[in-house]
Amino acid sequence: MSQRIADWTKGEQAIIFQTCTSCDHVQYFHRAFCAACGAAGPREQRASGKGMVYATSLVCRAATPEARAHVPYNILLVDCAEGFRMMAHGENDLAIGDSVTASFKPFAGKLVPFFTKKA
Amino acid sequence: MSFITGVGLTSYGKHEGSSSLDLMSKAAQLALDDAGLKRAEIDGILCGYSTVSPHIMLATVFAEHFGIRPSYAHAVQVGGATGLAMTMLAHHLVTSGVCRNVLVVGGENRLTGQSRDASIQALAQVGHPDYEVPLGPTIPAYYGLVATRYMHEYGVTDEDLAEFAVLMRVHACTHPGAQFHEPITVADVMASKPVAMPLKLLDCCPVSDGGAAFVISRERTGEAGVRIRGCAQAHTHQHVTAAPALSELGAEISIARAREATGLAISDVRYAAIYDSFTITLAMLLEDLGLAGRGEAAARVRSGHFSRDGAMPLNTHGGLLSYGHCGVGGAMAHLVEAHLQMTGRAANRQVKDASIALLHGDGGVLSSHVSMFLEQVR
Repeated sequence: MSQRIADWTKGEQAIIFQTCTSCDHVQYFHRAFCAACGAAGPREQRASGKGMVYATSLVCRAATPEARAHVPYNILLVDCAEGFRMMAHGENDLAIGDSVTASFKPFAGKLVPFFTKKA
Repeated sequence: MSFITGVGLTSYGKHEGSSSLDLMSKAAQLALDDAGLKRAEIDGILCGYSTVSPHIMLATVFAEHFGIRPSYAHAVQVGGATGLAMTMLAHHLVTSGVCRNVLVVGGENRLTGQSRDASIQALAQVGHPDYEVPLGPTIPAYYGLVATRYMHEYGVTDEDLAEFAVLMRVHACTHPGAQFHEPITVADVMASKPVAMPLKLLDCCPVSDGGAAFVISRERTGEAGVRIRGCAQAHTHQHVTAAPALSELGAEISIARAREATGLAISDVRYAAIYDSFTITLAMLLEDLGLAGRGEAAARVRSGHFSRDGAMPLNTHGGLLSYGHCGVGGAMAHLVEAHLQMTGRAANRQVKDASIALLHGDGGVLSSHVSMFLEQVR
């Protein structure tokens, strides 16, 4: 099986997704297999970072001191152009349906995907 | 056939100095007394979990502590759906002949046993450890995401959601065991502190101490009979990132299966006991289950449809939102209240007809669902 490509969960400024080589199913959470058909070794690719806001929730009450330093922060679900959905941060004024592009921003000791409105 | 022969419920709120086992024991004793059964007659034990006192074998810890040597015992973990999932399992254990009397118990000192931050943090772990939790979401944020989407698709407003908090508080005000007894208005909900928008403090259930228990039996032990008519589950995902479209969520699937299993229709239901961790949860579940049309549940609250004297009395004890939420026991209070209503013991909260009750529980972020129909037998 091919080496796992590091993404933001491993400290790299990248969003990685997987495509099944046998059924074309697209998945975001990394696995050694396709969750739809079970085929091993789905192909890993770097996502474009383009997407559309599916849902938002502005967090005003955080549970840890590290997160509290960032309050309020906007948690998003973004439908990415490549056909998978991901959770990320984004500008506080984003609305459902906005076209957005990913960048990365420090949050509670980590770099996390941060979406802004596409210019 | 299976019967709910006894129920037990503590008050919810602060139980300073009580452990999770204390609260479980208190509720269990109340349920045994209510069923008129002795410890030796209990041959099955199902219990939930405690985030304050986690244990890999909580059912036997409880059995030893309470003084029972059952022939069947283990814990069950399905988040907020645990209480009804245990009841469903007890129903099957009893009807298949494995057990005669199953004690189902949940209880936790979640409010006084740990800090509020620790509770929020522990619960946020239902999120994905790599792809969600590092982003600092909380349970209200997971539901906040679902809420903005639901409001966007069905035109539901913040004020609509507030109606559910107000209704649950009205009901809690008539129950001495509820955590909150101060009446609130839609304006109070709207003005309450933002937690995870669109959810504000009064859109969220509290953290509570408390315990609840029931006995599920093969035979009736008293005159009043409440029978489990049938139940079903559905599990579509764990993480909100992996949730299906709003029109394909598990509540619709589990209620369809439960209707199929019982031959009952929503029009047969006279009392509703529906999971209400947040106002959005209650609004969505009522609409997913068919107790209101899409986007119409709030209007039904305003018209009194879900009030004690309405056509479909709902959570007459005040629900998680105002009776309180102590974890596994939280939604078990819904079943206890349904049982009291069905056996004519709900005192000043008594509804005129609770002959068929629909119960629905949700765990995770609308991840796990259990739907159950109870029937009054005379």
